[in-house]
Amino acid sequence: MNVTLPFPDLAPAMPEIIIISAATVMLLLELLFKNKGVLAFIGVGIAALAMYFVPMSIGDTFGGMFKSDLYSIYFKFIFLLNLMLTIMISLQYMKREKAEYGEYYSLLLFATAGMMLMASAKDLIVLYLGLELMALSTYILAGIKKHDIRSNEAAIKYLLLGGFSSAILLYGISLLYGLTGTTDIYAISVYLKFQGSSLAVVMAMMFITAAFCFKIAAAPFHMWAPDVYEGAPTSVTAFMSIGPKAAGFAVIGRMFYVAFQSMQADWVPVLIGISVITMAVGNILAITQTNIKRMLAYSSIAHAGYMLIGIIAGTSEGLSAMITYLLIYTFMNMGAFAIIILLDRGDEIKDYEGLAKSRPLVAGLMLVFMFSLTGIPPTAGFIGKFNLFLAAVQAGYAWLVVIAVMFSAVSAYYYLRIVMNMYMKDMKEEASISPSPTLALAIVITVMMVFAIGIMPSLVIG
Amino acid sequence: MSYKILSTVIFLPIVGAVMIFMMNRAKEALIKWTALTLSVLVFLLSIPLFTDFNRTTADMQFVEKHGWVPSIGISYFIGVDGISVLFVLLSTLLTILCVTVSWNAIKDKTKEFYASLLLIEGSMIGVFCSLDMFLFYIFWEAMLIPMFLLIGVWGGPNRVYAALKFFLFTLVGSLLMLVGIIILYFNSGYSFDMTQMMTMNYPYKLQLLLFWAFFAAFAVKVPMFPVHTWLPDAHTEAPTAGSVILAGVLIKMGAYGFLRFNMPILPDASRDMAPAMMVLSVIAIIYGGIICLGQTDLKRLIAYSSVSHMGFVTLGIFALNVQGVQGGILQMINHGIVTGALFLSVGMIYERTHTRVIADYGGTASVLPVYAAFFMVFTLASIGLPGTNGFVGEFLVLLGGFTVSKPLGVLASTGIIIGAAYMLLLYQRVFFMETSSGVKEHCHGDINAREVFTLLPMLLLILWIGVYPNTFLGFMDVSVQHLLLRVNPPQSLPQLTKDMTEIIGVIK
Repeated sequence: MNVTLPFPDLAPAMPEIIIISAATVMLLLELLFKNKGVLAFIGVGIAALAMYFVPMSIGDTFGGMFKSDLYSIYFKFIFLLNLMLTIMISLQYMKREKAEYGEYYSLLLFATAGMMLMASAKDLIVLYLGLELMALSTYILAGIKKHDIRSNEAAIKYLLLGGFSSAILLYGISLLYGLTGTTDIYAISVYLKFQGSSLAVVMAMMFITAAFCFKIAAAPFHMWAPDVYEGAPTSVTAFMSIGPKAAGFAVIGRMFYVAFQSMQADWVPVLIGISVITMAVGNILAITQTNIKRMLAYSSIAHAGYMLIGIIAGTSEGLSAMITYLLIYTFMNMGAFAIIILLDRGDEIKDYEGLAKSRPLVAGLMLVFMFSLTGIPPTAGFIGKFNLFLAAVQAGYAWLVVIAVMFSAVSAYYYLRIVMNMYMKDMKEEASISPSPTLALAIVITVMMVFAIGIMPSLVIG
Repeated sequence: MSYKILSTVIFLPIVGAVMIFMMNRAKEALIKWTALTLSVLVFLLSIPLFTDFNRTTADMQFVEKHGWVPSIGISYFIGVDGISVLFVLLSTLLTILCVTVSWNAIKDKTKEFYASLLLIEGSMIGVFCSLDMFLFYIFWEAMLIPMFLLIGVWGGPNRVYAALKFFLFTLVGSLLMLVGIIILYFNSGYSFDMTQMMTMNYPYKLQLLLFWAFFAAFAVKVPMFPVHTWLPDAHTEAPTAGSVILAGVLIKMGAYGFLRFNMPILPDASRDMAPAMMVLSVIAIIYGGIICLGQTDLKRLIAYSSVSHMGFVTLGIFALNVQGVQGGILQMINHGIVTGALFLSVGMIYERTHTRVIADYGGTASVLPVYAAFFMVFTLASIGLPGTNGFVGEFLVLLGGFTVSKPLGVLASTGIIIGAAYMLLLYQRVFFMETSSGVKEHCHGDINAREVFTLLPMLLLILWIGVYPNTFLGFMDVSVQHLLLRVNPPQSLPQLTKDMTEIIGVIK
């Protein structure tokens, strides 16, 4: 018998194709340009081009293994936004850190392509492919400061633990395949609906949950995050604190809402446990940190805990609240990292003492991002939390919301500590900053969005 | 009126704050004058609220309503009634005084200071005008940021601790309220409209739950015993303007919250919880008073006296009768004026001597006679001497309290005696006795014209309310009766219709 495979429709995968081809070409272009900044501009342009194609890409392709729908489009938008903002804040920073390699930008593109594949995966094989593409790129990115021992440590740690989580994921996938005879997420969903679950399916689900909780840095799989965030170059930390987390959520959403939809009673308690532990660990351990990147690592763990509430709600409102939260988190977290990059001093929290005296505008911007991360109106952070809590209460998890707001009150303490250092402590020495046009643009975009969403919530709600 | 009064008085200060933040920090005089002009302008613009207010209706007035986030039923909905209108005026007036009293006292980060002050003004007024729960919460929380900075940046030696304590206490309470608001939203047919909530009947269990959720936020703000511990620290460490705002308006928002949310929206729970609230109030009255007797710090003493005075306010409110509620609201205004005036006065002398320790003072009256006269009136008003505003408010509250429970009324009355003791003792130690070396050294000549004009409006208001309270009681009369009808419905509807048919039968 002669089977001919039809040539797949490329339109749904156009954004991914653009990003991957551009990343490959950029690897070659890197040899031509002495000034690597050119690559950064190309990168932003490519991201913008891909973003242009994203809304037009609805459809299934590659024999139904790749699915571009509204859900994945939202995520792709976040990934590309993250990519653009990261490139903008990297330009000057990588030069300053003497780690300006052309590969840096193409690795960012590759990682983003991986995330986009994950969001669009309709098949577990594609899912795994995307995951590895993202993970391998970020391992290298974490260690891109070749001569910095901490950066190396971060990369090795991330690689080893990341490899371990990939293995767990593969084990889960293989179990699921063995039980259902398919790797298609939607076919699995149908199978489980009719065959019911078994202990083995629950095991497979646990393995998959563990692997993706690793990616979103949810406790108790968060151990890698503080060390990696602290050691990696700050721009990469910003990239990692949003991208892989969003990708992890994209998959968790798809897996739990589609594949394991019939097993809601099994996964809800698990996720509730993880969510509460994550909020507790993230918020409580953040209090004692002295390094701001480490503190933001714990804060990002805590935010993963809040976002899980959206998944737990089990409704479409919950899911969209989670996506909205991710978008808002992208702006406020990226903004905070942009300020860290702007300042020449170290990453210690005490380096921020008296910043309001020497750099009032920078301090004012940092204040906005810190209050937004706390979730105080009229900033976007509040809208994100409000929307999430609204969905959770609607789904009947008011008590979980009470736990979340209590931890969010705890979080005020460590975010305010930055504000207190900036405004209420005496200045030790004049702070020097190294501004660049792209960095300034990134800060302007993020702060504008933090206020715009805070004041006009209809931009993201509904 | 051709302009939207409420929106103007909310957003003019906020826009002004942004403007001031953009200014060159070297031009201090320009910054100060801009702040003063703006605050006076806002006050003038708010005067129509006083003159054009219709006192014969309990409906919301000066209403503005626009869709904001239509998909989930949030609207920009503001308006005032007899309960809130006076607080708007109080806020606009006190802000002017805060600007003038800070004129020379604030030398560091002037720009940020006046910007924060105006931001607080805008959001305070926003809180009192909001008729949409979501909008209310935005203003309620947004105020925390500038207030946190005000205490933490320009405060006394222990300011950072005080600012943080203030922020965290308030935040925990507010967040619990947020959960309450969300639950209320789903039980009100997906609406944040307060006027609609005030007409709905929620299940009793839900009312109880929500009562405590709102209680968490409002009791911290008032502050009621036992969640008052942030207040002495915050008041003591805050700069004068911060203390005035805190005492004058900010802590009123808690009591206002009880009046605006707990009572009309959750009437059954309020009725059943009222005895507990009254007991807490009486504890606050007596406990606050006794603590005052032992204070050695000027500002701390006045701060604890606030705990005691706010106890009267909540006592009156939860007496749930006309005298009590009217007295409670009037006492809020009174306390704002009197304690605001006391903090302003203390700020003036602190600026000279840089000490808050009572023992460092003595014989001040011989050096600053005009100042001493002002302080005397404020002290007497704080005690509640007839002829001052304090008397009217406390009298009404006690009247309301006695009607409900005689023992509680008696206990609350002892609070007035304790109040007289600590205030007169304070006055004696600071103004009479031998002139202390510190006062001799630092105080030359009496207070200047700027300071006199800062204190004068307060003095006039004290006497005005003391002699003719009806100007102010007239504002709230109808609204309070309307509110109480909601909490204590006179008769059930079947009973009413039965009566009606009987009457009709008689007529026939």
